[in-house]
Amino acid sequence: MSTSTESTTAVATPGYPWEPTLKEKRGKFLVFVAALLASIALLFGTGLNGKLGWVIGFFLSFTVISFAYEYRRAGKPAAQDSLLTSISRFAIFLAVVPIVSIIVTVVVKGWRGLHWGLFTQDMSQATVNDPITNGGMLAAIVGTLVMVSLALLFTLPISILTALYLTEIKGKFARPIRFLVQAMSGVPSIVAGLFILSSIVYPITGQRNGLMGALALSILMIPTVARTAEEVLLLIPNDLREAGLALGATQWRTVAMVVVPAVKSGLVTAIILGIARVIGETAPILLVSGGGEATNFNPVSGPMGSIPYYVWKAFLLGGTEESSQRTWAGLLVLLAWVLILFTIARYISTRTQKR
Amino acid sequence: MKSATTPQSLASVAASRETKKPGTMPIGSGLEARGVHAWFGKKHALKDVTLDFAAGTVTALIGPSGCGKSTFLRTLNRMHEFIPTAALAGEVLLGGKDIYAPGTDVTKIRLRIGMVFQKPNPFPSMTIGQNVLSGLKLAQLKVSHQDDLLEECLVRAGLWDEVKDRLGEHASALSGGQQQRLCIARSLAVRPEVLLMDEPCSALDPGSTFRIEQTISELSQSMTIVIVTHNMQQAARVSDYSAFMLSDGGPGELIEVAPTNELFSRPRDKRTEDYVTGRFG
Repeated sequence: MSTSTESTTAVATPGYPWEPTLKEKRGKFLVFVAALLASIALLFGTGLNGKLGWVIGFFLSFTVISFAYEYRRAGKPAAQDSLLTSISRFAIFLAVVPIVSIIVTVVVKGWRGLHWGLFTQDMSQATVNDPITNGGMLAAIVGTLVMVSLALLFTLPISILTALYLTEIKGKFARPIRFLVQAMSGVPSIVAGLFILSSIVYPITGQRNGLMGALALSILMIPTVARTAEEVLLLIPNDLREAGLALGATQWRTVAMVVVPAVKSGLVTAIILGIARVIGETAPILLVSGGGEATNFNPVSGPMGSIPYYVWKAFLLGGTEESSQRTWAGLLVLLAWVLILFTIARYISTRTQKR
Repeated sequence: MKSATTPQSLASVAASRETKKPGTMPIGSGLEARGVHAWFGKKHALKDVTLDFAAGTVTALIGPSGCGKSTFLRTLNRMHEFIPTAALAGEVLLGGKDIYAPGTDVTKIRLRIGMVFQKPNPFPSMTIGQNVLSGLKLAQLKVSHQDDLLEECLVRAGLWDEVKDRLGEHASALSGGQQQRLCIARSLAVRPEVLLMDEPCSALDPGSTFRIEQTISELSQSMTIVIVTHNMQQAARVSDYSAFMLSDGGPGELIEVAPTNELFSRPRDKRTEDYVTGRFG
């Protein structure tokens, strides 16, 4: 055993030699302080004002000052590097602010409108301008549940089979169908509502009900679910398909026993994304489901409300403090649904990636 | 002189094996390729290969990359046709019947001619035990003593001792070499008469390679094996016959086929000699 080995093992402690030194940290801090001071100076010295003005001023001065600092410290490439970093940070900030702001606003304003009756009463005996404790969202919640579940029932087989056609069967029409499905995901939701209205409600049934709403939602849901399902199916290595076929399985058996189980979690994610896509749709519901106030579990008879419809109505017909509270409470419930669904989707997809 | 010593050692390795004579092993069916050509689109990948695989023998397909070994192997159990632009000419006879004849049930053919792939590809959604028996479910076969079959296949693949206490675990928990032996066990469960192996050890360490070579030797008691390999030592160790394939930029062709010890000690063709002595390839 050589002495050098012994001495290293004796003194070795875990270190982080790639971390910035104290001097570098101090430099970064000074840049930050300078940018802060410069932004305050900008606020008083120029036309910029308010919180937004200050934020813009801060980012501008931070970008310029850190560019100059890096240029002096390490030359042009480092300065360009810092420029890109600053701009990316600003972009992230711009992207996150509206989202956080929406969530905070909805929670703060909707919180006061929450009460137990919201989930046990409907609006058949109350108007939007009544005190908030009169009536509730039961009709809306039931309507949304019934219509989204029905839409899911229609969408699931159609979209999964479409995805299988595109990735497994790879039929002659795969290319045009892929193009159509992609184009369909951009269809404005009111078009889906108008389509059901003009092709089914007016000429055939003559009645607005939950089933019509579910059909309109399906049109919006199919492209989303089919595309996501196609993407996860494409991730399956071809080796697995060949392994199944080489064991003497038919293509159908291989797909059902090897391919689909391997992407189960991806398909669940696709479905949840599809639900999240349609749960907040207002326009098609407004056109074809009739928007009832009374709790209605029957999708083929009588009008049916929905959460977005509840929000829309409280906002449009109101004008009082009570109706405004109803609007925000409805938004909070809807937002909570969507956030819960996305969280479940994230959880499922990350959990399977780890395994 | 390295190139001078290599053929000697290969030949001596090969000579240490008894070459099985065709017809001496009355088991399973032999496989015969008759004038097989293969194309990918307009590219002619394989030209006029005629080659017999006698029942109960191990045949190694050797040759440099791109010479059409794997393509040829995949024509033998009709996996070639899964490539969208693929085309084919010629016949492949299993027990005297052309597997490409019209009206042939291709799934039955693949049941009789199993395949092990280059990369281990156990089914990720199944446990170790389910993987072994997956072929039965996939082909909808009924077997009365599933547990016995499970054990038998894992024993024959040389994996039983390592996994017998963890059959319920997912296959991804196994090492690469274990996964490959699991794939061998999986292909044995449907009792194929012929087993095609496409470079089964190329992704494995020497220890796992050794285990799989042992497995091949044991399996050759009861079935016909065709193995594609880049490793000439491996060909010398495991095979009764070796077939050398080569492409001179055009389609791959069969240059020479002979009992393995002959091919390595006294190659008839100059190109074979250049390859097995390591002068190119």
